[in-house]
Parts: sequence; structure tokens; C-alpha cells
Amino acid sequence: MKQLVIISGKGGTGKTIISASFATLIQRKVMVDCDVDAANLFLLLHPETQETHQFSGGMKARIRPEECTACGECIDVCRFSAVKNTEEQEVTIDPISCEGCAVCSYICPVEAIEMEKNISGEWFISQTKYGPFVHARLGIGEENSGKLVAEVRKKAKEIAEKNNLDFVIIDGPPGIGCPVIASLSGTNMALVVTEPTISGIHDMERVIQMAHHFGIQTACCLNKYDLNLRNTEQIEKWCQRNSIPLVGKIPFAPVVTESMVQGIPLTEFTKNSASQAIINMWQELQKLLIKENTQQ
Amino acid sequence: MASGKGGTGKTTVAVNLALSLESNQAVQFLDCDVEEPNAHIFLKPHLRQSEPVFLPIPEVIEEKCNYCGKCAEVCAYNAIAVLKDNVLIFPELCHGCGGCSLLCPEKAIKEKGKKIGFMEFGSLNSLQFIHGKLDIGEAMSPPLIRAVKKHLNTTRTIIIDVPPGTSCPVIEAVKGSDFCLLVTEPTPFGLNDLRLAVETIKQLKIPCGVIINRADIGDRQVEDYCQKENIPVLMTIPFDRNIAVAYSEGISIIETQPEYERKFLELFEKIKK
Repeated sequence: MKQLVIISGKGGTGKTIISASFATLIQRKVMVDCDVDAANLFLLLHPETQETHQFSGGMKARIRPEECTACGECIDVCRFSAVKNTEEQEVTIDPISCEGCAVCSYICPVEAIEMEKNISGEWFISQTKYGPFVHARLGIGEENSGKLVAEVRKKAKEIAEKNNLDFVIIDGPPGIGCPVIASLSGTNMALVVTEPTISGIHDMERVIQMAHHFGIQTACCLNKYDLNLRNTEQIEKWCQRNSIPLVGKIPFAPVVTESMVQGIPLTEFTKNSASQAIINMWQELQKLLIKENTQQ
Repeated sequence: MASGKGGTGKTTVAVNLALSLESNQAVQFLDCDVEEPNAHIFLKPHLRQSEPVFLPIPEVIEEKCNYCGKCAEVCAYNAIAVLKDNVLIFPELCHGCGGCSLLCPEKAIKEKGKKIGFMEFGSLNSLQFIHGKLDIGEAMSPPLIRAVKKHLNTTRTIIIDVPPGTSCPVIEAVKGSDFCLLVTEPTPFGLNDLRLAVETIKQLKIPCGVIINRADIGDRQVEDYCQKENIPVLMTIPFDRNIAVAYSEGISIIETQPEYERKFLELFEKIKK
């Protein structure tokens, strides 16, 4: 079983469109959406949810007002500026800023602060016409998305192992921080989707460095490559210099947006140069993943 | 400037608004998308100074420690494990809350700084510019965002570029603002993530308005949603291959199409109202 994660650094480069197309091309796999704070893959895969699980990422502090003497010691120790004095001289905790460290509850001289388990999201096991799909929804403004990503990935791996599936395909979040690291760790390969813009190049370099920092092999996909051929050439050279296989070049095509509006993966919606590029890219990726196997 | 979905044009709008305002008033620009900061590519500020940012993490003073295990007990993030005669610290799990050092009965823990990234300070004409850049391999961006926001200059109009998403880094970047502009695109992905972003901003009790970028692609659902929810659509920017190509070269809209300067100034007037 191989795990492939699709990441990008910069948002909006086409990760989810490509992931959904892979869902139509790969036979024995489980799909995973690890962009838990702005999940979109479900809009193309139309899951029927079979199991819903609650996720608790941590604790939040709560002050029992009847016991609080408003001494303010908790305000001084909170490093997240979550404890505040109101105009009525009451001390309150802003749950959005609270990171659940519990230092306030330990320091409170009258034990007026308690820690409560915080339900911060849900994760789902679903069925789609393309096979099993594990996805999640982080509560609004919640933290610990990395932990939720890890939970979702653990479940997907279990499903793949139990059903003897060949692939786990992971749609990752943008950025290079906590949820991206959680989406990437322990995978066999990261497909980095970029675009021929200066921002795209800047962000691609950072996200590839991040993947290599954690020892994960990368391959690169250039989306909308014909929007700027000079930048495309620059990315091609950069990939060559850094021995990163450039596995796909997808042309800009308005039909891509149309397929998204219709809620259909691109490769199923149309046969054109863009969908063909994704089909070819999967062939290339498969070769790399098999090669990785023999190297191990 | 927030968005939920990535790649909708947050940085484009932030940069063009800043450039349009800069000749008439004092502006400060903070790029708080510290995982992938891009605003400097378009603003091209003269960067003068760089400053590392540290997260306080625990360090055990061996002579004082009696391995009682209190620090591991109080750490909410499992960043400390106490063995029979050793204390293990996992810096990548530490949030820097300071609980362990504060609560150690032997005063055997002091804090040392672990570098998580850096800030750069610069200017473009009268515009003040600051951005944060998270070190590769670091997981936690909120402390770096907090460090950037410590430099808020409230005598100026402050424009903050926010990372995509709706979780803790977004909250950290948006918190305390007077107004939040949400940049979206008229597609199902754009709408789904706009909804999440609106809910987030509502929790923070910050007024918001929407900008629809590439307004003529996709469908009408974003507009319908905004109308139903009573969220003002303050500006629409049509898809224009010239804008897209200029963007790819790191060139702002108002450099290629100066008539947009007036539109961004109008946008600012609407926000003020």
C-alpha cells in the first residue's frame, strides 16, 4: 500500500481538482481530505456518510463566576491573552484565544477555573462511487487541526489495510505548518502542485524544502503552465537542478471551472488536453511509486 | 484580508489597496501569512532589518531537578516526559505556555528561546512593511503571527494579509481588526469556504464585506448567498488574462491597469462607512 499526498504551499493551485481526478483514475484506493479547515473534495466526490465521529482536540478553560474573586492572577500567567478583565470587573476567558494549557487553572488561588473537554470537529467515513472516502470538518476557529489530520489518516490507512487496497490518496491543505506536516509525515510521496507565477515558485520551493526536511520524496506538477511560459521554463530548470521529477504540465482551460461548478471530477467531465495531462501524470506517478518500492 | 479558500486573490487585493492608499495616507502593511508570505513579491519594499522570533521552550536545570514529574503532569501538549533520572523535552509539541517552569516546585525549569522564524521590516515610499516567515519544518505559526502583530502602528491604516483557512493562524491574524474583507471566487469551492470564513469572522464579532474576484467565471451562488446573509459585496473584479499574466510576473493590478486605483479608493470609502 502506498500513500500519496497532494500539497502546494500556495492555495488555489488545483490540489483538489487533481485529487478528485485521481479518484476516477485509480482503482483500489481510499480517498482522504486532510484540508480539514476548508475541505472541498466532498463537493466533487458526493459522499454518502456512513459513520460520523466527534473529535476533541484539547481542553478549554472556564471560570466559575460564583467562585472567582477577580484577583487577576490568571490574567498575568496566560500567554495567549485569553483571560481578560471586563468592564464590570469580571474576569472572563475568551474560548477562541484559549489554547487549553491549563496554567490559569493551576495558578488560581480559589480553584475557580476548570478545564472542559472541547469538541472541536467531526470526522466521517463515507462511501462514494469512486470508493471509500475519509474526511473531516474542524469546528470554526478551532485549533489542533494537525491532530484531526492524524486521526483521519490513521482511519484511512486502516481501511486500506483491511481491504487490501493499493493506494491512500491524500488531498492536503495549503501552507507549510502544522496540518501540512501532519498530512505529509509517513507518506511515500508528495505531489507538489504549483503554477507558473512568482508567488507559486516561491511557495513551491518552501513546501518542497519542507517535505525534504521530513524525508519525503517529492514530484512536481505545473498547473496552468501556459499562462506564463517563461516562468514555466524557470520551474522546469529548477526541478531538473534539484532532481525533482516534473510529472505533469496541465494547460489552462476554462472547462476546469465548469467541471467544478457541475460538481464532477475533471477527468470524468471532459476529455481535453487538461484532463489528458492528469491521466498522463498518474501514469508517471505510478512508475515513481513502483520504483520507490524496489529501492526499499 | 481573509478568504477561507486559498488562491482567491487576498494578496492581490491587499497589495493593490495598500498601493492605492499609500500616496494619500499613512499605511502599514503586515503580511501575516507567515507560512507562505507573498506580498513582498508585489510591493517590492526596501527591506532594511531582520529579526528572529523565538518560542520559549523549557530547559531543565539538572542540579535542581528531582524528577518528581510535575512538569509532565501539567503539560497539556505532552511535550515533556519524565523518566527515572531523565527529563525528555519535545520542542515541536511545545506551545510555549510557560506552565512547566511556573509550576515546577524545585524551580528547576528555565525557558530558552527556540527560533521558529523571523520578521523583516521595510518600507516603500511612506508605506511601512513587515512580514513574518516561518522556518521550514516548524509547525506553529500563531506565535510568529503574534510577534508580527506586536508591531501594529495604530496611528496608520493597517492592512493585514491573512493565511487561508479558518483555524488558529487565521484567528490570530484577524483578531482585533476593525473590518474584515473576504476575498472569494464565484465557484462551489469559493462559496463553501466563504461560508466557513463568514462564520469564523462572526464569532470574532468583526464586521465583514466580500470581494468577488474573477467574478465572471463560475456561477451566481456566491452573490445569492451574500444577498441572503446581508453581507455587502464591496467590489467585483472580472477575470482578465492580462491581470493573471501580470500577477504571474509579480506585478500589481494598478501597475498594469491604473484605472483600478480609483476602484480601490472607492472600496476603502465603502469600508470606512
